[in-house]
Amino acid sequence: MAATKGRTPAVAPAYVVLSLLSVVMLFPFLWMLLSSLKDATQIYQMTLFPANPTLDNYVSIFLSRNSRFPQWFLNSAIVGVATTVSVLFFDSLVGYTLAKFRFPGKRIIFLLIISTLMIPTEMLVIPWYALARALKWVNSYWGIMFPGMISAFGVFLMRQFMATMPDELIDAARVDGKRELPIFFAVVLPLVTPALAILAIFNFIGNWNAFLWPLIAVATPRMFTLPVGLANFSGEAGANWQAIMTGATVSMLPLVIVFLIFQKQIVKGIALSGLKG
Amino acid sequence: MTFAARRAAIAYAFLGIPLVFFVGVRFAPMLYMIAMSFTDWGLLRKTVHVVGLANFASIFADPVFLKSLVNTAKYAVLGTPTVIVLSLCIALILDRVPRGKGVYRLLYVLPYITPVVAVAWVWRWMFQSPPLGIINAVFVSVGLRAHEFLNSATQALPSILAVNVWIELGYCTIVFLAGMQTIPSSIMEAARMDGASGWQLLRRITLPLLLPVTLLLVVVEGIQFLRIFTQVYNLSYQALGGPLDSTKSATLYIYQKAFTNFDMGVAASASLVLFAIILAVTLVQLKLFDRRLNY
Repeated sequence: MAATKGRTPAVAPAYVVLSLLSVVMLFPFLWMLLSSLKDATQIYQMTLFPANPTLDNYVSIFLSRNSRFPQWFLNSAIVGVATTVSVLFFDSLVGYTLAKFRFPGKRIIFLLIISTLMIPTEMLVIPWYALARALKWVNSYWGIMFPGMISAFGVFLMRQFMATMPDELIDAARVDGKRELPIFFAVVLPLVTPALAILAIFNFIGNWNAFLWPLIAVATPRMFTLPVGLANFSGEAGANWQAIMTGATVSMLPLVIVFLIFQKQIVKGIALSGLKG
Repeated sequence: MTFAARRAAIAYAFLGIPLVFFVGVRFAPMLYMIAMSFTDWGLLRKTVHVVGLANFASIFADPVFLKSLVNTAKYAVLGTPTVIVLSLCIALILDRVPRGKGVYRLLYVLPYITPVVAVAWVWRWMFQSPPLGIINAVFVSVGLRAHEFLNSATQALPSILAVNVWIELGYCTIVFLAGMQTIPSSIMEAARMDGASGWQLLRRITLPLLLPVTLLLVVVEGIQFLRIFTQVYNLSYQALGGPLDSTKSATLYIYQKAFTNFDMGVAASASLVLFAIILAVTLVQLKLFDRRLNY
């Protein structure tokens, strides 16, 4: 908007507002990080920077024998990766089928899947729990993961992307005598990698951060995911604030890394539509 | 088998597992929940009886449930406009700065990407009473009086609400910015040629053209605030939803009925009420905006 420059001399105040806001948005993260570097004597002093920064809190939550933190981290990683792989496979397969195949009932099936977006998780956790109890899935990885193995939003996203894909490539592969599943993997999926990236990132973030269902689905601390563990940390750590801030920092670390690598896809994904689970 | 029939068979084969999933893990549970809201289903009970509307009668006679509905309304009615107006202002400012747009956008969206539980505990730490909480330390150092925040029955709900606004702000800003990108610059240029002032451009062109995006955000954020759970669970003091149930949301009430009291039937009817509210609010919003969009 170069043309507006002459008409809007108010660029300096704009930067002041934006920078002040940045402080509000970032200070909690800074305070968390700095608190995690303080020891028990410094944690209650309101100085911004620790006098003697220490990594003892990190050593203690990762290496002390009675800390369950590494287990929670592992649980979250397992749940996040497994559900993301499942969602990528099934959602792109369904999206592809709905975009490129002609068969009776296609429209109804699409509407059926999309209408599930209207059902909030809160309405489903009680029957899910009954189901998990009946099938002895409570307190297992599968119990945490099963409701998120396929995402209706992902189906919608992949269908939109697949619809713009030229039919010629698929037809050419068919003429070559390739079978349908190999065509899907070798021809179709490589063409939609940008959409797969967006879906993978948001699905991983959503599962890494999920709280309500994992809280219900697990029964013992050994099976906690990171958010459930963090919520119970105050009990375990006895209002040990430096340990809580350390746990919070570590729980964010994988996401901050994902975020820095894939910032373009994340901004694009958010701009595409409301992506909250 | 004809070619078309073979292709249809392949399509159904591809859709098999996903259809079982959507029926088994979305539709059937939803129907099961509706059915169970008319029973005395409880995890500790051996048998299940149909009790008609007794669950609904009991929750609407329960002051805690009514309080949780009022709180939920407060979260949604205060939170949604706040986050929409703030993010619109930020997006308008960001849209006109020549440099650094991308960096600010990334900084602002960080709270939306990070785990709600983690940021909730950071805020809980910052909201502590003196001498532990940094916010009160700053208040005292500039001569203001210290506040109870999460420990006060009047300040706790606004505090939790503010944290959720902080979480959602970056998301809404990005959606607004994306909406602004779709406004053709030729319209702006033409209006400017005709001598329109900056304020007129904003009122007559930018805001009306942003109406569809605003509608999307009002619906998404309205649902978001109506469903609020994790923030309340992790930020409330003196028992979940405290102090004195002043922060308890409808979702937290449902959670406690189901998984603390094991009154699954009562919890199911409460979730049906919440679902009806969410659905009604969404439909009314769509309807109201629909009229505005077609003027």
